[in-house]
Amino acid sequence: MSKLSIEGVGKLFPARRGAQPTRALTPTSLAIADNDFITILGPSGCGKSTLLRVVAGLETASEGRVLLDGAPVTGPGADRGMVFQSYTLFPWLTIEDNIAFGLRERGAPEAERRDAARRWAERVGLKGFERHYPRQLSGGMQQRTAIARALANDPKILLLDEPFGALDNQTRALMQEMLLGIWERERKTVIFVTHDVEEAIFMASRVVVMTARPGRIKADIAVNLPHPRPYTIKTSADFVALKERLVEEIRAEVVGLAH
Amino acid sequence: MKPLQPVSASARALYGVSFFVLFVAVWSAATFGGFVPPLFLASPLAMVGEGANLLIHHGFVFDIAVTVWRVVGGFILAAAIALPLGVMMGAYKPIEAFFEPFVSFARYLPASAFIPLLILWAGIGETQKLLVIFIGSFFQLVLMIAVAVGGVRRDLVDAAYTLGASDRSLVTRVLLPNAAPEIAEILRMVLGWAWTYVIVAELIGSSSGIGHMITDSQALLNTGQIIFGIIVIGIIGLISDFLFKAANERLFPWARL
Ligand SMILES: Nc1ncnc2c1ncn2[C@@H]1O[C@H](COP(=O)(O)OP(=O)(O)OP(=O)(O)O)[C@@H](O)[C@H]1O
Ligand SMILES: [Mg+2]
Repeated sequence: MSKLSIEGVGKLFPARRGAQPTRALTPTSLAIADNDFITILGPSGCGKSTLLRVVAGLETASEGRVLLDGAPVTGPGADRGMVFQSYTLFPWLTIEDNIAFGLRERGAPEAERRDAARRWAERVGLKGFERHYPRQLSGGMQQRTAIARALANDPKILLLDEPFGALDNQTRALMQEMLLGIWERERKTVIFVTHDVEEAIFMASRVVVMTARPGRIKADIAVNLPHPRPYTIKTSADFVALKERLVEEIRAEVVGLAH
Repeated sequence: MKPLQPVSASARALYGVSFFVLFVAVWSAATFGGFVPPLFLASPLAMVGEGANLLIHHGFVFDIAVTVWRVVGGFILAAAIALPLGVMMGAYKPIEAFFEPFVSFARYLPASAFIPLLILWAGIGETQKLLVIFIGSFFQLVLMIAVAVGGVRRDLVDAAYTLGASDRSLVTRVLLPNAAPEIAEILRMVLGWAWTYVIVAELIGSSSGIGHMITDSQALLNTGQIIFGIIVIGIIGLISDFLFKAANERLFPWARL
């Protein structure tokens, strides 16, 4: 049985003052196995964030349902960790307290929280910054903290919505390697939304391509590149072939949109 | 000068003090130069003399203490009720829908216009003074606190929920700390307004306080005393402002980053 099943999930945003209701997502089905790393690739506005937010329970689906371990999702919860495109660290908490936010919510004792925060700070390369406030950190460091914060909570599934979208290319590449490294070690189930083709292939075990708005799934491609994946894999023949294929899929969408 | 370019602490202090110096200089020129008759405006020296006289012979320190107690007492009373109500209104929209229209209406009722009514209800004792301050600050506080609490970034709320926060801890662990520096700033501002209400309350039917001294001095045409009273209010305001700012910086270091 799959870890997460998205069954015919669609989203229609209700009309506002005479405007037409917005169809953000046509009913979509997707089954995600345990330990899968899925990347969702699609043009801007196709409903990627909407789909992720429905899975997180932050948005209710207009039709269909989401099952996690067979149980329907009814609202947000600690079993689905999420990292947002915008910086969402709590500015009044130190890095350490941000990472331990979920543990504290669960009533974990002080020592355990400190321990977990230290460990995760180290894993995402933020050793020595535990006592800093988010505003004292760069964007990349803040997103790393956000990933640590979600993972310290030990969710069943990790949802990432273009977490590296605002970062420069070098930082982005480092972050991809870091996240992939964590996944290779922890084997979490991950859904990662992006519109960067290289990023999608580099980390994924499966790339799902969506069509332009209103989005639906257009292609679902397994990525059989070996693990561990060094950064240099991006220039390998297999990688390049896959990239060309995906770029073609996306281009068709964007061109279709322009006509 | 470049827009928004900060100045060093010493330059800042220097600029701040220079305006006071300029102010006193213009005042001195106007009074010592004989441009304004002493009946209308006392000179700085006369003002200082009258001030010493007030403090030494007329127990003005007691009046100052009484006024401070009225402001602080009435304000704490207002804040103690406004804070929980404002937070609830900011967090829960039905509660806001219930109270907000009335509070918005009550906010425009001038506190000083209530004074005759309050004298009728509560006499001319301390209760009436506290009530004036209360009415003057309570509704303002409630509304501004509700806005501060409700103005949280939606993505922070979403993040808290995906980390397993309950509705209750969303209020206590996200909405409250998020709004805390702004609430402190609101308290500082409204406390300043409370000072204007207390003086008005003391101008009418009062036998102590800075405002009472000012009415007495007016009967005697003693502008030196009046100006001294006004300046004392200004200085107390300056001190309380400074204390508030210092406390805020200590309590919410993250807000200044
Ligand atoms: N709260 C909302 N109310 C109305 N329409 C919305 C709302 N949220 C999203 N939409 C619409 O739904 C569509 C899909 O939005 P969504 O944010 O899911 O796109 P996306 O694929 O994440 O795009 P991007 O890559 O730019 O982030 C958009 O056309 C958007 O206008
Ligand atoms: Mg999006």
